[in-house]
Amino acid sequence: MSEGTSVPFGPQHPVLPEPIQLRISLEDENVVQALPALGYVHRGIEKAGELNDFQQNVFLVERVCGICSSIHALAYCLAVEAVLGLEAPKRASYLRVVWMELHRIHSHLLYLGLLAEAFGFESLFMEFWRVRERVMDLLEMTAGNRVIISVCTIGGVRRDIDAEQARAIREELPKLRDEARRLVDSLLSDYTVRQRTVGKGTIPAALALELGAVGPTLRGSGVAQDMRMAGYAAYGELEFRPVTFPDGDTYSRTAVRAEEVFQSIDLVLAALDNLPEGDLKVGFKGRPEGAALARVEAPRGELIYMVVGNGTKNLERMRVRVPTYANIPALLTVLPGCEFADVPVVTLSIDPCISCTER
Amino acid sequence: MNLIQKARMKSPWILHFNAGSCNGCDIEILSCLTPVYDIERFGAVNVGNPKHADVLLVTGPVNRRNERVLRNLYDQMLDPKIVVAVGTCASSGGVFQNCYNCMGGVDKVIPVDVYVPGCAAKPETIIEGLILGLEKLAKMPSKPKKGAQPAEART
Repeated sequence: MSEGTSVPFGPQHPVLPEPIQLRISLEDENVVQALPALGYVHRGIEKAGELNDFQQNVFLVERVCGICSSIHALAYCLAVEAVLGLEAPKRASYLRVVWMELHRIHSHLLYLGLLAEAFGFESLFMEFWRVRERVMDLLEMTAGNRVIISVCTIGGVRRDIDAEQARAIREELPKLRDEARRLVDSLLSDYTVRQRTVGKGTIPAALALELGAVGPTLRGSGVAQDMRMAGYAAYGELEFRPVTFPDGDTYSRTAVRAEEVFQSIDLVLAALDNLPEGDLKVGFKGRPEGAALARVEAPRGELIYMVVGNGTKNLERMRVRVPTYANIPALLTVLPGCEFADVPVVTLSIDPCISCTER
Repeated sequence: MNLIQKARMKSPWILHFNAGSCNGCDIEILSCLTPVYDIERFGAVNVGNPKHADVLLVTGPVNRRNERVLRNLYDQMLDPKIVVAVGTCASSGGVFQNCYNCMGGVDKVIPVDVYVPGCAAKPETIIEGLILGLEKLAKMPSKPKKGAQPAEART
């Protein structure tokens, strides 16, 4: 076909849990152009953040994205704490690490399952999600809810992990590690999986840096950049090294996330071992005045919150820069040239979170 | 209950649409399909085609952009059909009350049969909502009465 074909991919598509439309122009079976049509999940949260009380906002920002919800709350709390000049107690910082890493495990297992489903490996999808339920049970046990756990608050955390809960987490995570290891090995060494992922959607390191990619998308191109190295919460006192894989293709990005599951398990166990005694939160008086920026590592990459207070209970401005927003340019650069059948897999390989992106 | 109605009860096919949700309820709907909750024991399968589906699971407060898509999907589904609004924001707008782009609930756009509470709604509640919807579906005639108008989305 000389004219080319135009295919709308989405907004309602079985592979995507969220509505996004990619308008894809094809030349035979090859993609020549991919244009995103956004706005299906735009709610106007940044504006609502100015209308609400700054303490209510913690609950609002958790619902920017349901998959990394508590990490949004942490970033917001860190920004407001910086404006107010607060520092969370030691124990709260460690508990934050525990919950953030549990959240990362569930998010990465979710991604690995969805990726398996994207190329039709249904049984592996089911297996990953079965293992993921172990983390969900831990979140429900410690925080009372499965997905949106609402643990962070300005100045600390709202809940404690007592000795019995800590013991349960210590017993559960090694089991999870064994099961996940078996599944990850079969995912990464499988012939069919390699055929569908190796060399697909390759983003070279220079291009990834130029386009400002973040998180596993960048680390999958061999660049060791991880905001946790900046040492917010208690990450500065825990030992870890960013996981990188050199090739920049879908396989590398998947391998980064798979290895980060095990890294996060180690971090949770280390944080529980070093959990200091002390208060859960510090009280505060006054209202935020001034501006501050908080940068944290969400499962999909670097998440930035900027908060501007004007001395009233409402914020002057709340700005959210989410990781998927930074990764979409890289995706749109590599999609042209792919085969049409690879579009779902390559799209999924940046682990897009549209409700984050559109807020 | 005739044969078609009986068969429909045992194989309710599900169409899932995210109308501006935060993903929390959507991943819980996916959890329902996976081994721990395994909604397939009730014969329910997630399908991508609205023309094959009996049950529409909608999450999210509905915004002005996807309102048209939601109405489209609803109109494409064949009667009899059930709409389940999953989660607090699909039921009432929830935490997104203040947001300028939100319609404040699925029932502002299409008729809703079952409201499932929770933020995010737990898989157990979603399954119960589905079962309640099926009980309602069982009472619907498989053929519309002569002269009856099909339920249509509000314009």
